Amino acid sequence: MIEAKNLTKRYGGTLAVDDLSFTVRPGLVTGFLGPNGSGKSTTMRLIMGLDAPNHGDVTVNGHHVHDMSWPLHEVGALLESRSIHPGRSARGHLQMLAQTNSIPRARVDEVVEMTGLTSVSRRRAGKFSLGMTQRLGMAAALLGDPDVLLCDEPVNGLDPDGVRWVRNLLKSLAREGRTVFVSSHLMAEMALTADEVIIIGKGRLIVQLPITELLARSSKRSVRVRSPQVGQLKTALEELDGVTATLEADNSLTVRGTDEVTIAELAASLPVTVYELAPQSESLEEVFMELTEGTVEYSAARPAESPAAKEAGQ
Amino acid sequence: MSAATITNTPDTTPRSGHYKFSGLLGSEWTKLRTVRSTMWTLGLTILIAVVISAVATAATRANWSTTTLANRAGFDPIGRTLIGVFFGTFTIGVLGVLVVSAEYGTGTIHAVFCAAPRRLRVLAAKTIVFGAVALVISEIASFASFFLGEAFLTGPVPHATITSPGALRAVAGSGLYLCAIGLFGLGLASIIRHTAGAISAFAGILLLIPIIGAALPASLDNDLTRFMPLRIGEEMVSGPPLANSFSPWTGLAVLCAYVAALLIIGAVVLVKRDA
Repeated sequence: MIEAKNLTKRYGGTLAVDDLSFTVRPGLVTGFLGPNGSGKSTTMRLIMGLDAPNHGDVTVNGHHVHDMSWPLHEVGALLESRSIHPGRSARGHLQMLAQTNSIPRARVDEVVEMTGLTSVSRRRAGKFSLGMTQRLGMAAALLGDPDVLLCDEPVNGLDPDGVRWVRNLLKSLAREGRTVFVSSHLMAEMALTADEVIIIGKGRLIVQLPITELLARSSKRSVRVRSPQVGQLKTALEELDGVTATLEADNSLTVRGTDEVTIAELAASLPVTVYELAPQSESLEEVFMELTEGTVEYSAARPAESPAAKEAGQ
Repeated sequence: MSAATITNTPDTTPRSGHYKFSGLLGSEWTKLRTVRSTMWTLGLTILIAVVISAVATAATRANWSTTTLANRAGFDPIGRTLIGVFFGTFTIGVLGVLVVSAEYGTGTIHAVFCAAPRRLRVLAAKTIVFGAVALVISEIASFASFFLGEAFLTGPVPHATITSPGALRAVAGSGLYLCAIGLFGLGLASIIRHTAGAISAFAGILLLIPIIGAALPASLDNDLTRFMPLRIGEEMVSGPPLANSFSPWTGLAVLCAYVAALLIIGAVVLVKRDA
């Protein structure tokens, strides 16, 4: 469980995180989404206690990381900086971290094997590819077998096999009842990995909701209609309240503001022949872009915790 | 690499108590020994000291017959053998800077503070481990330089043994001086954090301040000179006392006071600043 309350962090004149409140629950993969520079990495650093917030508070399982007895055991983190000395071997890096929390050498061997680094573990990390560096970062995060896992953009630079591995790993860790918090700027990746998403923009919470609700929340679901009497249908549709119908280049109609059932009934009553009636869901990327552009205001899943929702209600 | 390998072995991580200082000491030692350049620099400190001592003493021996009587009278057989140790000031000081600044430069410090979030303990462990390693290396450099150097000072050239007056103080004290210089670099880097900045500050304090001092009126300069780290080192390696200097042990205490001040400031900013 990660609980952030009114987190605010300012660097010089820049407000990186702005009154951000959210809860990351155990047993789920929670995606942390936002465009580059929206404050995801800063939030991760605030959670880990690397940076101190100007205002607000964040706890992991009810504690500040600073006060944890065995920090690596309680929370593992793959941070943006990757935190690896290029002159040190993968094994040396893991070993020096393991020692801080009295983690036995056998566990170092185990995470090396788990992340597929066995053959390169004695090579200097500076010679590693981006993908191998990511795997080493994951190995370090898993070292203490932590209850809470934080990953900042874990699939960056990974090949498809590695992406699938990270996805399955995060899901299986969540299934074991752990808290998994993973940031990304790729909505498509989160759609495959996350159970719930927290979306931020310019350091502020936009929305927190289950991934399945995200599509349903899109206001711009549309229906594609093909008909030989497209003009007649368009006119009739536009007489309905709040419905727009756009004639596309291929002579089909894109209808918004109503559903396929209403269109079919209208067409039958006219009557108009319909060849195709296809509900179109917007891609998650489109929904994401729309949300983070700040052009559409959404009420949050948990209004009491969402400053964005409060503002929208004012 | 597959999902099937995720299974965790029985948990061997201790659940009671708190992460231990001994673990931090072990971690710092691992950090030192697993970066090759660190080990090279430590080796280089010994090598430079020994080679320069050997060359300096061999040259003294070879040129003795043409050395003036005044220079012969002023010859210090202890200081001559330790001249190379004095040069170690720069390798060990830079290493002291690097053990801290490289962690900031590479971001390793983030991983370390996530694992051990009580930052002062990390700084303390680092200071102790690096200080101990620097002391061992420095003493090896001093004693090796002394014994090798003395072996070159034969025949008519005055010769010292470890039991000669002031010899043990100069040899052991030079090792202590070098160790303190290493910690001086470490303390400086814990404030400045950036490698280039901290090394510039280190070189600036050691080399530029004495040059600026030389531009001052002589009486003022003489008063200031004794406070300079390099002067303290010169005094320590020298057999007989030097003019415008503290006594060797007072000088070392002054140097240790600088180190303590740097470490205290470093500790304060470590806690106050974002990592």
